[in-house]
Amino acid sequence: MEFHDAQKFVARSIDEITNRFQKVPGSAMLIRYIQSSYQDDPVRSAIELILVIFFIRYLLAPSYATHTGNFVTLTEEEIDDLVDEWTPEPLVAPQTAFEKEEAEKLPVIVGPSGPKTRLSNGRTVTNLASYNFYNFVGNEQVKEKAIQTLRTYGVGPCGPPQFYGTQDVHMKTEADIASCLGTEGCIVYAQAFSTISSVIPAFCKRGDVIVADRAVNYAIRKGLQICRSTIRYYEHNDMEDLERVLQKVVKDQAKKPLTRRFIVTEGLFETVGDCVDLPKLVELKQRYKFRLMLDETWSFGVLGRTGRGLTEAQNVDASQVDMLVGSLAGPLCAGGGFCAGSVDVVAHQRITAASYTYSAALPAMLATTASETLNMLQSNPEVLVQCRDNIKAMRAQLDPRSDWVRCTSAIDNPVMLLVLKPDVVNSRRLSIMEQERLLQECVDETLANGVLITRLKSMPVAPGANGKDVGWKLQPALKVCVTTGLSKKEIEKAGITIRHAITKVLTRKTSSKLGLPSVG
Amino acid sequence: MPQRLPRNPFASSTTSAVAIPPTDKVSPRRPSTSKGNRLTQFFSSSPKSKEQQSAQEALLAAVAAQQQYLLNNPSPQISAPSLSLPTISLSTAKAGEANMDEPPTTLFQPPSFAEAKRQARIDAQFGPLGSQSHRYVSKHMGGALSKPVIDEPPYYYVLTTYISYLILIIFGHVRDFFGKRFRPDHYRHLKAANGYAALNSDFDNFYVRRLKLRIDDCFARPITGVPGRYVSLIDRKTDDFNKNYQFTGTYTETLNMSSYNYLGFAQSEGPCADAVEETIKKYGISATSPRADAGTSDLVLEVEERIAKFVGKPAAMVFSMGFSTNATSFPALVGKGDLIISDELNHASIRIGARLSGAMITSFKHNDMEDLERILRENISQGQPRTHRPWKKILVVVEGLYSMEGTMCDLPGLLELKKRYKYNLFVDEAHSIGALGPRGRGVCDYFGIDPAEVDILMGTLTKSFGANGGYVAAEKHIIDKLRSTNAATIYGESPTPPVLMQILSALKIIQGEINPGQGEERLQRIAFNSRYLRLGLKRLGFIVYGHDDSPIIPIVLYNPAKMPAFSHEMLRRKISVVIVGYPATPLISSRARFCVSAAHNKDDMDRLLAACDEIGNVLQLKFSTGVAGGAEHLPDGVTPEMEDEWRKANGLQGVVQAPRWTLREVIANGVQDVKQPLR
Ligand SMILES: Cc1ncc(COP(=O)(O)O)c(C=O)c1O
Repeated sequence: MEFHDAQKFVARSIDEITNRFQKVPGSAMLIRYIQSSYQDDPVRSAIELILVIFFIRYLLAPSYATHTGNFVTLTEEEIDDLVDEWTPEPLVAPQTAFEKEEAEKLPVIVGPSGPKTRLSNGRTVTNLASYNFYNFVGNEQVKEKAIQTLRTYGVGPCGPPQFYGTQDVHMKTEADIASCLGTEGCIVYAQAFSTISSVIPAFCKRGDVIVADRAVNYAIRKGLQICRSTIRYYEHNDMEDLERVLQKVVKDQAKKPLTRRFIVTEGLFETVGDCVDLPKLVELKQRYKFRLMLDETWSFGVLGRTGRGLTEAQNVDASQVDMLVGSLAGPLCAGGGFCAGSVDVVAHQRITAASYTYSAALPAMLATTASETLNMLQSNPEVLVQCRDNIKAMRAQLDPRSDWVRCTSAIDNPVMLLVLKPDVVNSRRLSIMEQERLLQECVDETLANGVLITRLKSMPVAPGANGKDVGWKLQPALKVCVTTGLSKKEIEKAGITIRHAITKVLTRKTSSKLGLPSVG
Repeated sequence: MPQRLPRNPFASSTTSAVAIPPTDKVSPRRPSTSKGNRLTQFFSSSPKSKEQQSAQEALLAAVAAQQQYLLNNPSPQISAPSLSLPTISLSTAKAGEANMDEPPTTLFQPPSFAEAKRQARIDAQFGPLGSQSHRYVSKHMGGALSKPVIDEPPYYYVLTTYISYLILIIFGHVRDFFGKRFRPDHYRHLKAANGYAALNSDFDNFYVRRLKLRIDDCFARPITGVPGRYVSLIDRKTDDFNKNYQFTGTYTETLNMSSYNYLGFAQSEGPCADAVEETIKKYGISATSPRADAGTSDLVLEVEERIAKFVGKPAAMVFSMGFSTNATSFPALVGKGDLIISDELNHASIRIGARLSGAMITSFKHNDMEDLERILRENISQGQPRTHRPWKKILVVVEGLYSMEGTMCDLPGLLELKKRYKYNLFVDEAHSIGALGPRGRGVCDYFGIDPAEVDILMGTLTKSFGANGGYVAAEKHIIDKLRSTNAATIYGESPTPPVLMQILSALKIIQGEINPGQGEERLQRIAFNSRYLRLGLKRLGFIVYGHDDSPIIPIVLYNPAKMPAFSHEMLRRKISVVIVGYPATPLISSRARFCVSAAHNKDDMDRLLAACDEIGNVLQLKFSTGVAGGAEHLPDGVTPEMEDEWRKANGLQGVVQAPRWTLREVIANGVQDVKQPLR
């Protein structure tokens, strides 16, 4: 009989379980404890039982609630219907007209990049769009060195640095940069663009506080986004505002446990071109006990007597900057990025910085090229002087002379950003988009006259975002990159071309409806 | 033990003219360098006498012709055309006139010392193929992808593993307890000082300080030279338990089972390196500008077009880093209101990209299609949280080949679900491109699936192609949009010309446009090596993870102490391997990972098997119960199709025997058995 069987089975199971339980060492004690406590104080036993149940439930529950309160229970048929009904949007939105136009106009370089560059339309133009400030790209000595490296190391290191991807050349380049800057250590990343995006989250965790300049570049923004720290912004390059924010943070945090605090800013700003006041920054960071992360992507290899960057230019000991990030891909004409700092700072990144640990190492020849070009800057600082002369020559053609644009870049910055003057923008009530269009026309017109320049590109808007970016909006600008590959004469000539092109576009009545004051 | 000292390109002073080691200076292997050489000669402080040089040059040129020949035909047995020796060698060798009158004599000269050395160098990067039978075509045999069986060791090992970690943790805390009291300076960096909070927290640092440091010498071993078939480690020693290392000044050449050099393109000689050299001369090292400014060259467009063709998509774009390819592509594809469903074992770059995108993220159990379906049904029916609005789109993200597990994604299963649930599919082919499929075109090729069915094919160029960077391939309108909205295109540096040329020439070799036959050989060698090693390890009794055709072969070690022991024992036998443990793997299953390459040959695999056999005995690593393969041969007359019947007839159903083959049996049977379905 079934019921009987079941009963017997249950009885047997219980027997079995009790037997086993009694074999467990300490079980007798437990039973005695429960029995006696139940007799002494049944309420306490009940509470304990509830606690045990709660504890077990807690252990078994997923670490976070998967279903929030408003989970709707549906039948399988309903789900099937909903699945059938659901139509996803296309994976990407179509290109906007402006994007399309931009893509069509993208210059394609045939052969090597250099001060004079051949484009796919067959024309050879003066190239003021590359970060080839010292024309290392065409340097025979650099090429020879790279070929030697190729013949010893091949191209790719075929593995991340932690898994046999670290080659002696990487260690050498790290040592070279550290000794050049005067820091304890340095770590080389495989790409300059993603370096800072990984350095920030390697140090800044939940609960930490970051105070950042409003105008920081896209890569820093992504780093700030990925770390879960509290972010405060200060007005662009405004040291008083920075001090105000720092004070506020210190005051807010006074009662809480001490957390890490960081100031994140750039040496030369990618989106504005101006330069930060490092001595003041160091003073503030020391006074308020913040650590300083300085993105020198655009100043390393550019500022200072021998191109060591902002620290050299403003006579600040580089060890005052806790994390100094720079690029080897820009003026040094190699590839990769680096972060210099103390031994601890470097060692910490080797195991926690995502784009270092989870990505292949830098190709050996790019590492040796970086060492080589860095060395050339150190031993041959005249090239920097020459570059600055060329910047001056270019500036003389543009900044005070043009009625339409002004240069926001620092005086030594070979990346000259030219924005439309405020009265031009105001009198014509130009929106950001309209400024971009106008400047694109300037780029086109300049190119038509044989000089290649570019624009500062606006930061991409994520799909699904409503475009309302809080706070800072970068002002569209023309980007003119000066190089020593051209003589002063050539630079002046190119400057005149650019100025005339701007004037032509901005005085043009017909071609662009946006050129007119947007009244009707 | 100490090996050759590598040529050190930065040993010379960098400011004066580049002093090239003499062997390089007169190397006629690339006569086209003569111009550059003359240039450096001009600067060089001690120029060689012209006469001496030209005599030497002529001599070496003769040698070069032969070497070039060998280089172009790493295994002369393969291609029929290579039988016509003289003509082939002369047409492919780009040597000058110097050797025109000499080929018959040089071709059959006994190898000189220099030549033998050079050949050894070439072989160290790419091993010669032992026999034509050591090849296999990587291809799915049809049907659904079977899940790899996860074998488990006796409970004893599981228990001791947990206990080991417990002891390690307790010891760590005890040492911390005393250390903090008696040697506070060692803990200074973990304490707040001068009003600054500690840079890394005591708690976060515990694992690094107390667990990783103990085995730190097994990680980040620096190397020199090419990470090809062999890799030269720079020897180091430590006097303070891995806190600091000193270099001993010696080098150890080891068998390289650790680099992602799947197709063996990590080479400093041969057609790729020659093409790269030409490119450096023509283009220089850098593109000096982001793609969206002035970094778009004819070269990069050519590479993009070729990659698109290779993976079978209408368009593609390349980036200078694989990691940031993912990190910037997700934000350009999806955003608020979209859902990303990601395999739980996906790579860090995918996770970061997904988080940056702002889309909702959920994950499904590794390769588990039922779990994926459950999550799809739940999410589509529930819609977005709180508002219950329907999702704008759903992106399912998987990897082609998982680098820690050796498993492949279940592409047929994913496409089956895709039909029903209309999601978009993103496959990261970082490890599978080049390494899988009869034509090396990744998982689609392996499964014989039209790439058009997958929306986005992403991959890296760091691994199989021996270059650097990543690509994304898709429909043209998708790529066009990505070009406008992807941050790495707008702000990131462009791939450099030498790297692009490495990609281009590697692709040409794979597709048989340079040195026909060689690409195919590479593909078939890696497939053979992978299966051979995997089968061998299973038969020896190891627990091996992953699918049969995967070139990533992890063996499970369990106890944490066995990680360094395994690594050290391997190093003693001059084999470099990667070990991974918690947190990169689950706590219990720490493992050693072998990455098989086309540069290896069967001898290398046998050497590794022999080493594993010995070490496996010493360290007690032969856990396998037999459920995951390594079974004995079927008796004569019983075919695999008849196996079920045969088992039934003999009452052997469900009986598995723990495989413990001897090394000799493994090697004797390996070559034939890998051609059958592995059992
Ligand atoms: C799945 C996956 N995606 C992306 C990457 C990153 O590629 P790269 O090393 O080129 O940055 C890796 C490399 O480890 C990977 O395994």
